Amino acid sequence: MKSELSGGWPAVARDLLAALARGELSSVELTERCLAAIDARDGDVRAFLHVDRESALLQAQQADALRARGESPGPLAGVPVAIKDVICEAGQPATCASRMLSNFRPPYDAHVITKLKAAGAVLLGRTNMDEFAMGSSCENSAFQATRNPWDLTRTPGGSSGGSAAAVAAAMVPLSLGSDTGGSIRQPASFCGVVGMKPTYGAVSRYGLIAYASSLDQIGPFATDVEGAARLLEAISGHDPRDSTSVRRDVPAYSRTFDQPLEGLRIGVVREHFGEGLDADVASAVQAALKVYEGLGATLVDVALPHQQSCVAAYYIIASCEASSNLARYDGVHYGHRAESFDGLVDMYSTSRGEAFGDEVKRRIMLGTFALSSGYYEAYYLKALRVRRLIQQDYQRAFEACDVIVSPASPTPAFALGSLIDDPLAMYLMDIYTIGANLAGIPGISLPCGMTSAALPVGLQLLAPAFEEERLLRAARMYERETNWPRVAPCGA
Amino acid sequence: MNATPIIGLEVHVQLLTRTKIFCGCPNRFNPDQPNTQTCPVCLGLPGALPVLNEEAFRLSLRTALALGCRIAPFTKWDRKQYYYPDLPKGYQISQYDLPFSHDGVVEIGGETEGDVPRRLRIRRAHLEEDAGKNLHDESGRGGDSRVDLNRAGTPLLEIVTEPDLGSAADARAFLEDLRLLLTDLEVSDCNMQEGSLRCDANVNVRLALDDGGTATTPIVEIKNLNTFSGVEAAIEHELARQIAEFQRTGRRFGDPGAEKETRGWSAERNETFAQRGKEEASDYRYFPDPDLAPVTVAAEEVARIQERLCEPPGARRRRFAGEHQLSEYDARVIVSQGRQFADYFEAVARACGDAKQAANFVTQDVLRELNARGLGIREFPLTSDVLGGLLARVAQGGITVKSAREIFGELLAAWSARAEAAEDGADVDVGELPGEAAIERIIAERGLAIVNDEGALEAALAAAIADSPRAVEDFRAGKQQAAGAIIGKVMKQVKGADPKRVRELLLKKLA
Repeated sequence: MKSELSGGWPAVARDLLAALARGELSSVELTERCLAAIDARDGDVRAFLHVDRESALLQAQQADALRARGESPGPLAGVPVAIKDVICEAGQPATCASRMLSNFRPPYDAHVITKLKAAGAVLLGRTNMDEFAMGSSCENSAFQATRNPWDLTRTPGGSSGGSAAAVAAAMVPLSLGSDTGGSIRQPASFCGVVGMKPTYGAVSRYGLIAYASSLDQIGPFATDVEGAARLLEAISGHDPRDSTSVRRDVPAYSRTFDQPLEGLRIGVVREHFGEGLDADVASAVQAALKVYEGLGATLVDVALPHQQSCVAAYYIIASCEASSNLARYDGVHYGHRAESFDGLVDMYSTSRGEAFGDEVKRRIMLGTFALSSGYYEAYYLKALRVRRLIQQDYQRAFEACDVIVSPASPTPAFALGSLIDDPLAMYLMDIYTIGANLAGIPGISLPCGMTSAALPVGLQLLAPAFEEERLLRAARMYERETNWPRVAPCGA
Repeated sequence: MNATPIIGLEVHVQLLTRTKIFCGCPNRFNPDQPNTQTCPVCLGLPGALPVLNEEAFRLSLRTALALGCRIAPFTKWDRKQYYYPDLPKGYQISQYDLPFSHDGVVEIGGETEGDVPRRLRIRRAHLEEDAGKNLHDESGRGGDSRVDLNRAGTPLLEIVTEPDLGSAADARAFLEDLRLLLTDLEVSDCNMQEGSLRCDANVNVRLALDDGGTATTPIVEIKNLNTFSGVEAAIEHELARQIAEFQRTGRRFGDPGAEKETRGWSAERNETFAQRGKEEASDYRYFPDPDLAPVTVAAEEVARIQERLCEPPGARRRRFAGEHQLSEYDARVIVSQGRQFADYFEAVARACGDAKQAANFVTQDVLRELNARGLGIREFPLTSDVLGGLLARVAQGGITVKSAREIFGELLAAWSARAEAAEDGADVDVGELPGEAAIERIIAERGLAIVNDEGALEAALAAAIADSPRAVEDFRAGKQQAAGAIIGKVMKQVKGADPKRVRELLLKKLA
């Protein structure tokens, strides 16, 4: 499905917005083509859990009508966006890829949905994920395993694998995911797209179904840095309904992202290039560092002394919070309730036993254990202390550099089924990404090469809190110099 | 066997905020329309987040300061985790190890002759959200239980005392004063029927044994006491039960099998009853709620609230007894009517300069009229200035107490007549309250002013004596009551004459 538009189709948000603005393309036409792409490719990719054609086309008509009347159409007017199935949209399913919520439709919009509607976006459908955002492969979905558009035998990563694959397969130009330990950046790297986790508090969590509240953050996927900048700009900003949402003006990322940074100091952590790192990934990242040097950036060695404790601290904190956040799924008010049970306690345990998958149960048990009296100090409190040390590590590192560059994931996309029985190996997939969540800082993954097996490699950049603008500009500097494919061959 | 009760209370108070503690839903008792005052936040829907209602926090600060508590400069919110159908999130947002206030003290008793005041320490007061309400099928047909979440998210202040209370009567006295204080502070309506003031009591007894040793009985928590008389009766019963139980089993606090027990209270049967079997100590897995920011409280804010606190009821009673020389009974009656009423009394007392007279009027006449008319003191048509002015005339000898009562009644009657006329559609101004002018008019019309015109009195007396030879004769023969007829004649002649003065003049004349 080639088109006269550049960069594959329908792929690049800027080109689409320009075509819409010039009247060369209507939103209905664009939405129909996205729907056609889903029809053509999603049988293989399985990125979507739910597509509401009628609603999408209605929104597209409204966007076109608004434009026709000459009214200010909003920064994303008429552009389809796919939504990870963890973000509430009134009247649409929000299953979190769990049997528990298979029949749940929230009666309200998440803050980001309200913002997207105000921006004129067309909400196209709901994307697959690991159940309750717990996982790194989308294989923990109760409904389907999404496949990597570059190689259908491989995983798109997770937990926001559906949103990443939908963009990589050119079924939609933009999508939203959520990132608790790398759940945007790792699938972005596996699928060869741009994915960004904003600073904790930059985007409201109101309406994001919680996995680990102190780590969760919603962020954009796009085929390029500009698309990510535009989508981030649309969803950022203070929301009084989220006490952790920060009161700050949102910079105009879409206007500044293209400005190169003078004298950029890039922090490189030696330990990031050690054992367990795939050779192709390592050489792609090293090559990317050379590109930056060629642009006048200097490389600085920085240390993150507590990096080796990230994964352990993360799995304690995230599991503790998850065990509490998921307590509300008790079969009383909504969600799955067992057909037969004997009394109240049995109703709880049978309903939860039936409706949660193994990984979710594993983390609930881990968190429940770690918060139990007698273990709380040894696990939860200790993990919080480690978290503070990790935050301090990043603060110190950023005294010497402007951004920290590393691989987004130690390996390219792995084969479906290959890690499903080895939770620890799966957890170690997040080794480069988790630190940003624990420290609350922003991170981005963008394509930086291909492995010998023709799989994308992702480059991760981290910046200090609320330096999204710096992050986008630094990412764009690299992107301008390179021309890695923006969509998988199946979507090109 | 000498028994010393050891009693501590946990009191839950629903705060009178406009909206719930973590969302914008109305905070209102509304059992008839279940689940109508709800939103994604208080329903605990996936993705919804709590935001602290600052008004709830302010009311809590005010209460804690009035209880003499120290305010923590830093406080946070914790999740208390347990499963119950009325708890939609599977946890209650509460405060665990860093409550916003702690270490208060209040005084009980010491207001009657020989009664030594007792100190009751307040361990802590913390803020949390109320749960919803489970409604079970009571027909016995085994129908489904239902859940009403209108109450879920109501701001709840939990006040925990130290086990300093030495009697059921003191427990009741504390609660009654607490209710007065909370209503005076306008932080709660303390409507016990509607559950806005609920109490649990922790009770055990220290026994002096015959062999000279002591023994302490296991602690029992009596749950959900929702009347003052229930609190007193339940504790009385429980103390007696524990003593009897000890005599039967010899089981003491800390013995194996003597863990803390939870009991209920049946007012009908007048006894406490075992509520739950022995259970494992529950582990609530408290941890800080990551959805809510900790709260820091500035010293200036504490000072600002402290400055505007009203006087606690006990202190006010003691002051009334001292400063105004009121009886313990009068002080109690006045203060128990609430802060506005006591303020009214003080204003009347100031205006007339005779606190005793003011107390007589407000506790008898004013209270009677309020009750008869179903009014609160704020709606009472006689302002404290007007009543004070009326009573000042008595104090200065301008009118008699009897006249003051007559005028008081007349002012109210006139106001009522106008109100009724207005109800019937007449064009009268009911907003205009009786004032000084009305008092003056009634005094003039009825000649109630005490006449000190000795000339007029002398003349009237002379006429009356001349007119009553028989009475004069009787009086001179020693019949004291015969004077009454003569005085009556003078009084009839000179309206507002002071009967005391007339009698004096008469005695002088006939002496």
